[in-house]
Amino acid sequence: MKKFTKTLTCVLALSAITTLAIANEDAELIINEELKISTKASAPADSALDELVSGWRFRIKETQALQMDDFDNPSFIFIEQGEELFAKVDGTEGKSCASCHEDVGSFKGLRAALPRHNSSSGKLDTMETIVNNCRTERMGAEPWKWSKGKMTAMTSLISFQSRGMPMNVKVDGNVADAYKMGEELYYTRVGQLDMSCANCHEDNYGIMIRADHLSQGQINGFPTYRLKNAKMNSIHARFKGCMKNIRATPYKEGSDEFRALELYVASRGNGLSVESPSVRN
Amino acid sequence: MSLTRRNALVLGSAAFVVTLVPLHAFAASEKTMADIKAFSGGAAVSNGGIDLTTPEIAENGNTVPVQFSAPGAKRVMILADGNPSPGVGTFNFGALGDASGSIRIRLAGTQDVVAIAEMADGTYVQIAKTVKVTIGGCGG
Amino acid sequence: MAKARVKVPKTAAAGELVTIKTLVNHKMESGRRKGKDGKVIPRKIINAFSATFGGENVVSAKFEPAISTNPYFQFSFTVPSTGDLVMKWTDDDGSTVEKTKTITVA
Repeated sequence: MKKFTKTLTCVLALSAITTLAIANEDAELIINEELKISTKASAPADSALDELVSGWRFRIKETQALQMDDFDNPSFIFIEQGEELFAKVDGTEGKSCASCHEDVGSFKGLRAALPRHNSSSGKLDTMETIVNNCRTERMGAEPWKWSKGKMTAMTSLISFQSRGMPMNVKVDGNVADAYKMGEELYYTRVGQLDMSCANCHEDNYGIMIRADHLSQGQINGFPTYRLKNAKMNSIHARFKGCMKNIRATPYKEGSDEFRALELYVASRGNGLSVESPSVRN
Repeated sequence: MSLTRRNALVLGSAAFVVTLVPLHAFAASEKTMADIKAFSGGAAVSNGGIDLTTPEIAENGNTVPVQFSAPGAKRVMILADGNPSPGVGTFNFGALGDASGSIRIRLAGTQDVVAIAEMADGTYVQIAKTVKVTIGGCGG
Repeated sequence: MAKARVKVPKTAAAGELVTIKTLVNHKMESGRRKGKDGKVIPRKIINAFSATFGGENVVSAKFEPAISTNPYFQFSFTVPSTGDLVMKWTDDDGSTVEKTKTITVA
């Protein structure tokens, strides 16, 4: 009889997995019953993707639900921490973020346009470099670590101001070289498993790798609260995680490589709504 | 209805399903049994009168949403049968409370989540739901 | 100690069943993990939560290490009349966090 039960469990499990993969085809992301988020967008003509699909659509309904209400979404603990940090005086100049940027709402739109060119450094600016530049240059404060709690709290708060706006990253002009570099990194096979980003997130999204539902690897929801580690995760930390999974030596957070990759991956989601702060597995 | 070979087969498979459903219910570990006994004082525990909502498959065992509802109950205990230590939480409801709740819990692997309630009349009821905890390729 | 977020309706009708959501920022260190030095990280969790309304017990809960990081608890109760909902979380180290919200019955 035990064997029968086992078989039954297997059959149930198999059918459940099938349901898991196709469950939420018609689900719509509406936050707090009012903010409609576009989790699908049509792909540009030259895109390798048929359609742009947010990572939210690849999650099970219980995970999706966590992002549909700002109380249920644990990210808001960290957004509140970000608000405190925004008002907190730090560094030799006796300033807080709020001393110059009175209202964090003035950053509306910033997340949708990053990364972008910084003419004084000649490099790509990400949200993290913009925050740290203010801290070191204007506040006389220590820079924050790229993916640690204070930084992700602040980037979550600032990114949240753009929630619902379409991602619209510029890819030509003075960022054209970085875009090219990012594209090349995206398609270059690396690591012991000899895989590129595209092998999973372009060629095979929508299928299961073991029990994981592969997404397009869109970053319109970052920083994201992951159930796995119960904290806010930066884009570069996620890139690192992916590279470790394919047994490659990851680039450093904040490196030129990851900034270029961030630009390229962000641009592949142009048209999707900013979802920050999102919830993923 | 005459008992043709086909009908017999249909009946047989129906019976098969019926007998398997309660079997699927659950066979608790010793630790879980001990926790249930401590909660109920050894009183008989029956089924029904309590509801438990869990995902069929949890994407990550670190955060699994669980809802319970036992209208009229005085106390509810939640156990995770397959965890190193089954205890999850115990909830004592006052007269104003409606003996329901939602929590997020950790599950060490695929297992049964159990809810046991002490009803107002001192009887005990329980329910168990299996949650499959997946091992991801990357997300896990 | 932890910071708590709560969602409590400001008003209710007499006898209305209201739903309360709570979320507290806490690691919920289970006492089963090992640190980089190979030693077990000592257990440190929120081990208890209680909610009273007008001094009367609504729900008192005992939490075990199987409650996830950043503990979430949602419950419902019947509001008899205007009063204060007092919610309290207790840490293993003895510290507590308390939040009070008034619900007004019009």
